[in-house]
Amino acid sequence: MTIAIMITAKITRGRAMLDDFLTRAALAGLGVALAAGPLGCFVVWRRMAYFGEATSHAAILGVALALAFSVNIFVGTLVVALLMALTVSALAGRGLAMDTTLGVLAHAALAFGLVGVSFLQGVRVDLTAYLFGDILAVSRSDLGFIWGGALAVLALLAWRWSALLTSTLNEELAHASGIDTGRERMVLTLALALVVAVAIKVVGALLIVAMLIIPAAAARGPSRTPEGMAVLAVVVGAVSALGGLWASLSYDTPAGPSIVAVSALIFAGMLVLPRRS
Amino acid sequence: MSLITAENMSVRFGGDTVLRDVDFTIEPGEIVTVVGPNGSGKSTLLRALLGVRPPSAGHVRRLPGLTIGYMPQRLTLDGRMPLTVRRFLSLPVRRAPRDVAGALERVGVPGVEEQQMDALSGGQFQRVLLARALLAHPQILIMDEPTQGLDQPGTAAFYRLIEEVRQETGCAILMVSHDLHVVMSASDRVICLNGHVCCQGTPTVVSNAPEYRALFGLGTGGAFALYQHAHDHAHDNCDHDHGEDHAGQGHAG
Repeated sequence: MTIAIMITAKITRGRAMLDDFLTRAALAGLGVALAAGPLGCFVVWRRMAYFGEATSHAAILGVALALAFSVNIFVGTLVVALLMALTVSALAGRGLAMDTTLGVLAHAALAFGLVGVSFLQGVRVDLTAYLFGDILAVSRSDLGFIWGGALAVLALLAWRWSALLTSTLNEELAHASGIDTGRERMVLTLALALVVAVAIKVVGALLIVAMLIIPAAAARGPSRTPEGMAVLAVVVGAVSALGGLWASLSYDTPAGPSIVAVSALIFAGMLVLPRRS
Repeated sequence: MSLITAENMSVRFGGDTVLRDVDFTIEPGEIVTVVGPNGSGKSTLLRALLGVRPPSAGHVRRLPGLTIGYMPQRLTLDGRMPLTVRRFLSLPVRRAPRDVAGALERVGVPGVEEQQMDALSGGQFQRVLLARALLAHPQILIMDEPTQGLDQPGTAAFYRLIEEVRQETGCAILMVSHDLHVVMSASDRVICLNGHVCCQGTPTVVSNAPEYRALFGLGTGGAFALYQHAHDHAHDNCDHDHGEDHAGQGHAG
């Protein structure tokens, strides 16, 4: 009986906690850090930064389309980001000059998204929320999408981890071990689209790539194995999220950019540490 | 039964035909060296045989269930990915520490497990790649320019190691080399590639004659042999010299 009361009390307290916008913001930041850490390592290892830019900028187009057709924004950004990632992936397979192509696609998607939003009638949209994130306005259902998406990315990467690492090291080596490198590339493409959809509310379309690259780059120095680097990237991302949130409250700075700024400071601090070998 | 067979295989890259009408086969236990100038399609041949790049015409057949030990030319590392030798040897299949230690011992670099891959010397790196390939107990070892970056004694030592491995395990060996004339003396067959198979045959084992000693240096233990090209056709755009008197210049390629 007492146990039942205690559990009920705990659940009520838990609900009350989620009512606090600050708790929701912190949990949202941690969710993004959890998925962005390991995926960010692959972005760094495979030089996919521009690929990430194209995918995340396309998310703005997703926001515009979702608002126009009254679809859930998470679903809209996920679909458009996935389409963009698949397009880029297909073009890469055809051996086109990638950085120019990606540059065109990334900025075209952003521009069409911004133009598209301006056409929306009757909807007053604060675009800065999607460009730079609005972590303090994360709702309970947003939190559900963020953690659901983040855990899906983690599960996907954990499942394919060895095959992904091997195909990242050398394509022929992976094929000789019976790994389909095309399929592994699709796994990363899907994970990237998911992270973009998850992170747009937290850091915004323009800074998603920063949350992928900076924690991973900061984690490189002290790490000895790929797994160590991925775990440390999550830690750096989590500290950045909480630190940025704190800075945002203390100094009344925008939350998304503050999170990225903290991660950049951690990166700079890691550079001072000697690299272990 | 042949381990890998290619029939009438052509491979296109973009609009260019990189390989044309290639017939290729390798038998169990055979050592085949593929030579050819830069851009002759050597790496493309390996990629097609491994199944990375499907042929635009013809067929590639690998023995069902064939285990391949592959040694790439390089890894995408350049400092971005931290990777110990131990972790690398367990990709993608986890290997027991004892097997890892044994494989490193066998290839002559015992105890490097905890070193970072990009901190290894050229010779150590090649041997670690070989150790990883051997851990798969391969029926065929495929190597893409395994001696690139090694000096002549280093290359000779590596060739002798490969020969020992073949004797111990009986695996077939397919090796690509940019060196047109000087090949591993244990090669059963040398294939000269230049967009197509130019010619193939057995290498001539280097004798102890003073002129060869002068060419290959002392103490290489007979690891090298010469391949004398016997072309029956002329090339319009041939950028390599088939003359036998240029035997020593292969390294420049």
